[in-house]
Amino acid sequence: MRYLSLYLTGLIFGVGIAISGMANPAKVLNFFDLAGTWDPSLAFVMGGAVIVTFLGYRFVLKRPMPVLEDRFHLPTSRVIDVRLLGGSAVFGIGWGIAGFCPGGALPAIGTGDASVFIFVGALLTGILLARGITASRAPRAATA
Amino acid sequence: MMETAFTPLQSLGGGALIGLSAVMLMGLHGRIFGATGILTGLIAPGNRSDFTWRAILLLGMISGPLLVLALTGTMPAVDVPVSTAALVVGGLLVGVGVTFSSGCTSGHGVCGLARLSPRSAASVVTFMAATAATVYIIRHVIGA
Repeated sequence: MRYLSLYLTGLIFGVGIAISGMANPAKVLNFFDLAGTWDPSLAFVMGGAVIVTFLGYRFVLKRPMPVLEDRFHLPTSRVIDVRLLGGSAVFGIGWGIAGFCPGGALPAIGTGDASVFIFVGALLTGILLARGITASRAPRAATA
Repeated sequence: MMETAFTPLQSLGGGALIGLSAVMLMGLHGRIFGATGILTGLIAPGNRSDFTWRAILLLGMISGPLLVLALTGTMPAVDVPVSTAALVVGGLLVGVGVTFSSGCTSGHGVCGLARLSPRSAASVVTFMAATAATVYIIRHVIGA
């Protein structure tokens, strides 16, 4: 039951990403190209996703616990620091260069397109590199 | 540069499905739907059960495009208007960036904004601006 529920949840996300255009770098990059071949579609993706999540969270987070687990795992960090903003800026630069973000690229694996495998390979390498850097310094904050 | 069609209804519908999956993952399993966290947990899991739920979720995500293919007869488009080098460099930067920012478009952008998290809002504003600036520089300053 738990596993079926997780699979269906992932499947709905994957279908959403696939039909929204988030798995398509040409569309993603055009959203950011205001001075060129602008395609505003992605504003509708983000808008639809945030509104549904906002309304749904208000309902489900009122419950004492999730249906299939014993507690909610919510991020507790509230710090806005150089680490957060610098990391976000580096992410944005990478997103602008490649056109894939992690949430768009993971479902795109299912298309079998070779570019997706190249991007995801580099993405995993980047995550491991950054974790190597941080592991030798301060303890890490929990990933949101 | 290539033109892409403006698809407000498809993108809104896809976004709503992404939101629905985020609400399901929280309501049923008590977890934030963040692609960065899911991927990071898979390559560096804290314990076995943490690995399992993420692996099943990822399997569902990857099945998304295949379900779209089965239902519509068309595989969702993955048009990549950048070079292989750009995919590698972009992927590395995205991996490093999201590790430091502890989240990406799904974790901060959808779930964080829906929770009205100031930390996520700061991250989203930063990466959206960095992405737009990067696309502008690549397409209109360097003119690649």
